[in-house]
Amino acid sequence: MPAVLPPDSVGLVIPETLSFDEPLELDSGKTLPRYDLIVETYGELNAARSNAILICHALSGDHHAAGYHSMDDRKPGWWDSAIGPGKPIDTTRFFVVCLNNLGGCKGSTGPTSINPDNGRVFGADFPMVTVNDWVRSQERLMRRLGIAQWAAVVGGSLGGMQVMQWAISFPKALRHALVIAAAPKLSAQNIAFNEVARQSIFADPGFHDGHYLEHNTLPRKGLMLARMLGHITYLSDDAMRAKFGRELRAGKINFGFDVEFQVESYLRYQGASFVDRFDANTYLLMTKALDYFDPAGAFEHQLSRAFAATEAEFLVTSFTTDWRFSPARSHEIVKALLQAGKRVTYAEIESEHGHDAFLVPIPDYMNVFRAYMGRVSSEDATCA
Amino acid sequence: MRVDHAIISDWIAPNSRVLDLGCGDCTLLRELRNSRNTTGYGLEISIDKLAKCVEGGTPVIQANLDQGLSPWFEAQSFDYVIMTHTLQAMRHPEKLLQEMVHVGREAIVTFPNMGYWKNRLQFALGGRMPVTKTLPYGWFDTPNIHLCTVRDFEALCEAQGLRILDREMVDSQLQSRPLMRLAPNLLAETAVYRLAGK
Repeated sequence: MPAVLPPDSVGLVIPETLSFDEPLELDSGKTLPRYDLIVETYGELNAARSNAILICHALSGDHHAAGYHSMDDRKPGWWDSAIGPGKPIDTTRFFVVCLNNLGGCKGSTGPTSINPDNGRVFGADFPMVTVNDWVRSQERLMRRLGIAQWAAVVGGSLGGMQVMQWAISFPKALRHALVIAAAPKLSAQNIAFNEVARQSIFADPGFHDGHYLEHNTLPRKGLMLARMLGHITYLSDDAMRAKFGRELRAGKINFGFDVEFQVESYLRYQGASFVDRFDANTYLLMTKALDYFDPAGAFEHQLSRAFAATEAEFLVTSFTTDWRFSPARSHEIVKALLQAGKRVTYAEIESEHGHDAFLVPIPDYMNVFRAYMGRVSSEDATCA
Repeated sequence: MRVDHAIISDWIAPNSRVLDLGCGDCTLLRELRNSRNTTGYGLEISIDKLAKCVEGGTPVIQANLDQGLSPWFEAQSFDYVIMTHTLQAMRHPEKLLQEMVHVGREAIVTFPNMGYWKNRLQFALGGRMPVTKTLPYGWFDTPNIHLCTVRDFEALCEAQGLRILDREMVDSQLQSRPLMRLAPNLLAETAVYRLAGK
């Protein structure tokens, strides 16, 4: 809890829920007749309505990207390191929009919402959503906000996949695309990790085929395991060694299965606290959205052809110790953009933080990010 | 504009696609964009210099040139591939030259000439590795691991089947003087070449 709000914070923020009545046809063939999107915004939309930035969240993210909901909050929003006055996404220059995606569990329509068809919680009946579905819902949000074109769409990891989809699906609706720590599609290894996470949720006796809320229970152990596995893939070997080593909590080995090593304590804590703030069905949906993402699929598996019609300028960023979406995966994106003759800048940031690095204010990363967003802003000033 | 940059600019046709290897802060690319309306990219290994390119609005790829160009670029995707004062720091200069004329229609290369008389004098009379304004490093901390003379370079081009389309010589003031054309290997401090493949 901050005693006073830091000067580079967006401060106290209040989310807003917007309702959409136009049915959304999903890639799965199902239709959402109506839905809500919960949104936070920071900064002011200028008179030309040309300074809007869309932030796309990753697997466990939400609409609360920056600032605090109350002075009692222990932590600010998930990307507070990059969003605020004087930060790379400078809220004195930009109007920043962040939403919780469909299928989420933080206020947008998702598995924990009431199904209007039968008055019961959706649970497992909530339809599968894809990155493409999200981007189409985000485009409706854009129009609702009276914005014709984003100055930039920005996201890391699964958020970066939404950014690519935006550039492909709505080429004229964004001037800049910032794709951070992402991949053009999941590898077999990525899908394998997701599958183990899902199976651990399914295996929990509290799962009840996804209708656990109706049984007044939660698949706590299963979701906790899934999150523990996720955390292993977010950190690098080096980062884990530096953070925990083989340090023992009690200073000695106890020949038992209670927490002994610090890394066990960390994973259990991360897993347990996640269960309190996240829904297992949402986790399942998000991992499937990751698995399905493959924009080149519709273009004979040639990514450069998928990018052929894009008009945005790209900044692609990767981190050296990220093994979940390694620099080689960003190279695929950059190479496809180069082949398509698009304007692209690529930065490969030295970092020990693994995949988590995209949320860490690493000086080199922040410098490039700030320089790029500075240009987005100055271009906006010249054309406005 | 620096004379070596001016020479390069003169060689470049308007509206062409240009790749600059080891582009630094993208000064040359910005000059070419302004004077020749070029498009294209820089390649740079230093993140600090990359941030400067970003500020100036030039697309730039952070990459290690020792890993070659084939991971990034298709054959003949640029009109010119430029590399100024970087060849001598490459692990495999001969391979990179081949890649340059593969990825680009033409290659433009500048390098410090070890045959320059001041270098020769320091070596012959002082018996020490030359240290000059153009080559300011000690032997132990220099990034310049593959220094050559004008004659060495032309012999390499011959052996590699690279055609020399043009060459210009400049001195330490980056001036081009008529005398240098007579004895380039002795009088030029920096050499500027325009090359093509077979």
